[in-house]
Amino acid sequence: MTGASVPGSGIAVERRGAAIIQRRVLAVLLAGVLAAVWLLPFLRVAPNRLLSGQGVALDAVFDAARSGVWWLLLAPVSWLALAVLLPPKRSVDALTALAAAGLLTGVVALAGAAALRQTASMAPLARVSLGGGFWVCVLLLWAVGADALQRWQPGRRLGLLLLIGPALLLCSGALDALSLLKEYANRQDVFFTAVLMHLQIVGLSLLLALLFGMPLGLAAARWPRLDRPLFAVLNLIQTVPSIALFGLLIGPLAWLGQHWPATGAKGIGLWPATIALVLYAVLPIVHGMAAGLRHIPPAVVESATAMGMSGRQRFWQIELPLASPVLLSAIRLTAVQLIGLTVVAALIGAGGLGAIVFQGLSSSALDLVLLGVVPVVALAMLVDAGCAMAVGRLERPR
Amino acid sequence: MIELSDVRKSFGAMRAIDGVSLQIRAGSMTVLIGASGSGKSTLLRLINRLIEVDSGRICLDSQDIRSLPPEALRRRIGYVIQSTGLFPHWTVARNIATVPRLLGWPAPRIDSRVDELLNLLGLAPSQFRGRYPHQLSGGQQQRVGVARALAAEPSVLLMDEPFGALDPLTRAVLQDELLRIQLAVGCTIVLVTHDIDEALKLGQQLVLLDRGRIVQAGTPRQLLSEPADARVGEYFGGSTLGQRLLGLRRVAEMVRVGESAAGAPIRATLNLQQALAEFLTRQVDRLPVADDDGRPLGVIRFIDLLRAPQ
Repeated sequence: MTGASVPGSGIAVERRGAAIIQRRVLAVLLAGVLAAVWLLPFLRVAPNRLLSGQGVALDAVFDAARSGVWWLLLAPVSWLALAVLLPPKRSVDALTALAAAGLLTGVVALAGAAALRQTASMAPLARVSLGGGFWVCVLLLWAVGADALQRWQPGRRLGLLLLIGPALLLCSGALDALSLLKEYANRQDVFFTAVLMHLQIVGLSLLLALLFGMPLGLAAARWPRLDRPLFAVLNLIQTVPSIALFGLLIGPLAWLGQHWPATGAKGIGLWPATIALVLYAVLPIVHGMAAGLRHIPPAVVESATAMGMSGRQRFWQIELPLASPVLLSAIRLTAVQLIGLTVVAALIGAGGLGAIVFQGLSSSALDLVLLGVVPVVALAMLVDAGCAMAVGRLERPR
Repeated sequence: MIELSDVRKSFGAMRAIDGVSLQIRAGSMTVLIGASGSGKSTLLRLINRLIEVDSGRICLDSQDIRSLPPEALRRRIGYVIQSTGLFPHWTVARNIATVPRLLGWPAPRIDSRVDELLNLLGLAPSQFRGRYPHQLSGGQQQRVGVARALAAEPSVLLMDEPFGALDPLTRAVLQDELLRIQLAVGCTIVLVTHDIDEALKLGQQLVLLDRGRIVQAGTPRQLLSEPADARVGEYFGGSTLGQRLLGLRRVAEMVRVGESAAGAPIRATLNLQQALAEFLTRQVDRLPVADDDGRPLGVIRFIDLLRAPQ
């Protein structure tokens, strides 16, 4: 049985004999979903985009959606309630994941449909935005699904599969009536330039961090005496708040741009943003590279030398491949960190999704802030999952 | 042929190798023995320049090893260590192909060489080519380590406690195979061990080191029966020295032709230590001797064990 690999539920059975609740994680998450839709507004209706408006509870949402189709959602709900009582079994986990994915898609679709109904009967400036109940509900259902997928296929990261349904809804236009999507419609071209710019800044910073960080990591691993001062400096940089670092670079770069215009240096914009981001990203890269190289057994390195490999051959053929799982984990961490930090870089005019966030903040339009934040979260998740897959593939043959 | 003349090497204030001169015959098996810290591993690494000498000369086939780039020298010298040092991210075949690839052999030649070596070491190519080191037992890993060292047909094979981490049974099997491989390949082997019985079993020339100097170099029989000083006898275990001496001679040398005795015959290829065990367990003073096919050759008497070595 898979009892041992299912923490919480399996152990509970052993300890208390015939326990009624077999999946405590699931039970707690479902209780959270119920509490969220009961206590928090599912949607919010406001006369215009700047006001926060009035909450609409889930029952009112059902009324507003006005269609019998939504009773279909009871099927996954009742399965999830039943699964709490079922013994740990892979087939139950598979169905639970499926139910969670279905319910997640259903909840998103419901929000879209209700918003469409609401806006039809309202003034043109009125907005329907997503409420706290919706967000908590989606978050918890995603956790239910990810947990069930992990139990069904241990070791494989399939969490992103849960996003397929909502993503399809997004593309189909079923959610267009929501305020978030209206903000998107108003800024479509700006949005895509912002996403591209965001990716560009992250990619460039990561590339430069690798370019500087990998040789530094190699040096730290080769000469232990260098280790302490190097990490002291890098740690110090890490403790400087990002806004302060962005600000600190304005002066020197503006000076550089004035005196050597050929460099193209400017106090604001891409230059200082990239430099600051590289400074942050170098620490984890150096750390990952040095740690990856250090964990290679000395006998392997000695063998490579004794076989007649030159220093360069040894590095590219033996040391780098063997250090790469650790290095890639560091790159994964750094990339996710950079995607978040780049939002702040918009403050000094670097552009990217942060520009949308700050525009929303300054005009107190919450849905515009979300239009910047949601893609940042999605990008971080995508990059994280991609790197995790790459790491898994690298580690498999050993 | 490897020639060391007045080789010295210090690490800081410690004299690891302190004036060693030694000749190693081509195609022979030389075993370096000595306590921990005696300098035997250091001496081995001086030969493939993993460590550079401070002074003195080491010549390989009358050529000073310092006249070659270290990489070129090392590709001519096989190297096997206790922890195998196999590359964990490469398959068995890729591991064995390391040096041939560095030398730029054409792919078909490398492939056939890998299969040849796997067969030589008793690993079926179809089964083992594609495996990764972690999928092998300790003994199999060490076989691959030896195959990798032999891949580019080196004239010299250096082995640093190659069988030290293996269980006694696997170790004995691999020792026998090493003797067989040396006969088949004919390369010069320099092996470091701290296992005295392994040294006596494998070595044609034994070199006993103490604090970076050679105490005595010679055949196993010379070291056991004509020790240069008290340290040699001490090293070979004082009271058990007699038994070890018996282990060097075969029953065949002592057979009294024409006599006969009762009981199951022992084989002439046994050594005298094994014959002693037979005398003691059977409680007799005469044993019949036969060859490997069971044909009677004669008799060995208990008193023969005391006859002076020729």
